[in-house]
Amino acid sequence: MNTPMSLRKFAGIALVAAALLALPFVMALAGTAWVRITNLAILYIFLSLGLNIVVGYAGLLDLGYIAFYGVGAYVYALLASPFFGLHLPFWVILPIGATLAALFGVLLGTPTLKLRGDYLAIVTMGFGEIVRIFLNNLSRPINITNGPQGIDRIDPVSVAGISFGHDSTFLGLDFSGPVKYYYLLLLLLLGVIMVNLRLQDSRIGRAWQAIREDETAARAVGIDTTRVKLLAFAMGACFGGIAGGMFSAIQAFISPESFVLTESVMVLSMVVLGGMGNVWGVIAGAVMLSYVPELLRYTVGPIQTAVFGRTLIAPEVIRMLLFGLALVLTMRFRPAGLWPMGARKREFAMTKLDAE
Amino acid sequence: MNDLLLEARGIVKRFGGVLALKDISLTIRVGEIYGLIGPNGAGKTTFFNVLTGLYVANSGSFTFAGAPLEIKAPHEVARAGIARTFQNIRLFANMTALENVMVGRHLRTRAGVVGAVFRDAGTRAEEAAIERRALELLHYVGISDRANDLARHLSYGDQRRLEIARALATEPKLLALDEPAAGMNATETAALRALIEGLRDDGLTILLIEHDVKFVMGLCDRVAVLDYGEKIAEDVPEQVQRNPKVIEAYLGGALA
Ligand SMILES: Nc1ncnc2c1ncn2[C@@H]1O[C@H](COP(=O)(O)OP(=O)(O)OP(=O)(O)O)[C@@H](O)[C@H]1O
Ligand SMILES: [Mg+2]
Repeated sequence: MNTPMSLRKFAGIALVAAALLALPFVMALAGTAWVRITNLAILYIFLSLGLNIVVGYAGLLDLGYIAFYGVGAYVYALLASPFFGLHLPFWVILPIGATLAALFGVLLGTPTLKLRGDYLAIVTMGFGEIVRIFLNNLSRPINITNGPQGIDRIDPVSVAGISFGHDSTFLGLDFSGPVKYYYLLLLLLLGVIMVNLRLQDSRIGRAWQAIREDETAARAVGIDTTRVKLLAFAMGACFGGIAGGMFSAIQAFISPESFVLTESVMVLSMVVLGGMGNVWGVIAGAVMLSYVPELLRYTVGPIQTAVFGRTLIAPEVIRMLLFGLALVLTMRFRPAGLWPMGARKREFAMTKLDAE
Repeated sequence: MNDLLLEARGIVKRFGGVLALKDISLTIRVGEIYGLIGPNGAGKTTFFNVLTGLYVANSGSFTFAGAPLEIKAPHEVARAGIARTFQNIRLFANMTALENVMVGRHLRTRAGVVGAVFRDAGTRAEEAAIERRALELLHYVGISDRANDLARHLSYGDQRRLEIARALATEPKLLALDEPAAGMNATETAALRALIEGLRDDGLTILLIEHDVKFVMGLCDRVAVLDYGEKIAEDVPEQVQRNPKVIEAYLGGALA
């Protein structure tokens, strides 16, 4: 009974892995743009999983999450670009960015510990905006962020002398920059998913969920809610910082415009749409909200031209309209998200206990 | 003096104009079941909330297990060895029964984020021990067959039991139960009574708020009566039942 099950599971995993490995080449057939879109989608998965720790596990509404993405992105940009003339390797910068983002997480968390719900949302939103405004204005008196112009010519990731900035051939296959990034992101994603799953099923993860369910009861059973909440903010921010670093490397150019409130709202939508607290649901939410708008971009315009002979409504408008409609419908009919968190079954030696 | 577990001295709690606790002093001995009764709004729950750090007393102090109890935060009171249940059941509704009890082990375990992510041998062993202990406690309170069910799907009586199991998981010296029999039928109440007696026999000290007079008088070693925030009696059940002040304020019809 046991072997066929695990064999099926193994076959399933192998199939998914093969599909994921082949994906960029299939996508490349439709245009390199789709590989880039996929890379951004993976970054959104990173962000959603990070925010899931804060919102999904610990139940703390955070509307300024994109600030940590910004911190990670700027750390990378400043440490690997001609701007300061620094060119550190990415495996040095990512941990620095993650740590700094985590510190910012604690910075945000500390004054908000006593706040809940709406109040927390407002303060975190303000925090996100403050970080963005700082990025925008820290060009004077000393130029640290280069203000609204942003930072360009950011170094691409480079592993063992192979730069991810341009194409290379390997085993007769042509690996473009985006394809290489795809594999790197996939690898990082695997780690992020594992960390998320393991955190969920741990002493700290249970403490987060307890706080989400009933903070008073959590305190009464001995959980130091201050510490545990700050830990959630820090862990969530840490993921955001890593994602931001990768974003910098992939885009080669960043400016404060990438870290606006609507981005925070977008990531939150991904978490909520997919199903707060459920890693697979959150991933599905992020994938959907990353691809659907892009699909619409490529279909809405041409369809209109084909049917009416011209574009009646701008694709961008229809995109946001459908997007909003989808969110409203989901929240109306599946308020816990498309794939809500279920009770995780545990297997244990019940029989042994009952026999006593 | 050695057999005193908890001593409250001059506890005062005010809510605006309402004096919910008026200079309450009482002592609970090691190993006894101590009842706290009184009419609605007498201040019983408020006493629990002050003791467990949810409310800050206006004045007064506690001594617990021979040392001053410094009530800075609820989790520190729990660490000192006081666990409680709530009058209006407060479980982690969307977690399983087992997970609820596992959360109760938080205080007595150590694994942090690093352990969670790397799952080293020590963390795995601790996790296994947490789960084993939680399961034992579910078994002890008689709901181990519901271990995998979400807390909100349990029956009312089972939820009360689960709350007790979660409190026990913190390894308390004093277990404070706020109306554990409320809403239970006769069978459930009898089972609860057996459970509480079993806990006492295992050496736990119990502070019990209850409205069911028969339940309290049959179970408790000593009983204190609160009325409008004042302690009007404290004695063995037989004496309390005969106390004219108590009969006037509270028992009246119940014993007539
Ligand atoms: N948080 C609060 N804010 C204001 N007043 C409160 C608060 N908590 C309790 N009170 C008041 O304090 C008094 C005592 O309430 P408490 O809940 O302690 O009574 P109780 O003895 O537990 O009653 P019951 O048997 O109904 O549970 C009541 O007058 C109540 O209205
Ligand atoms: Mg009460």
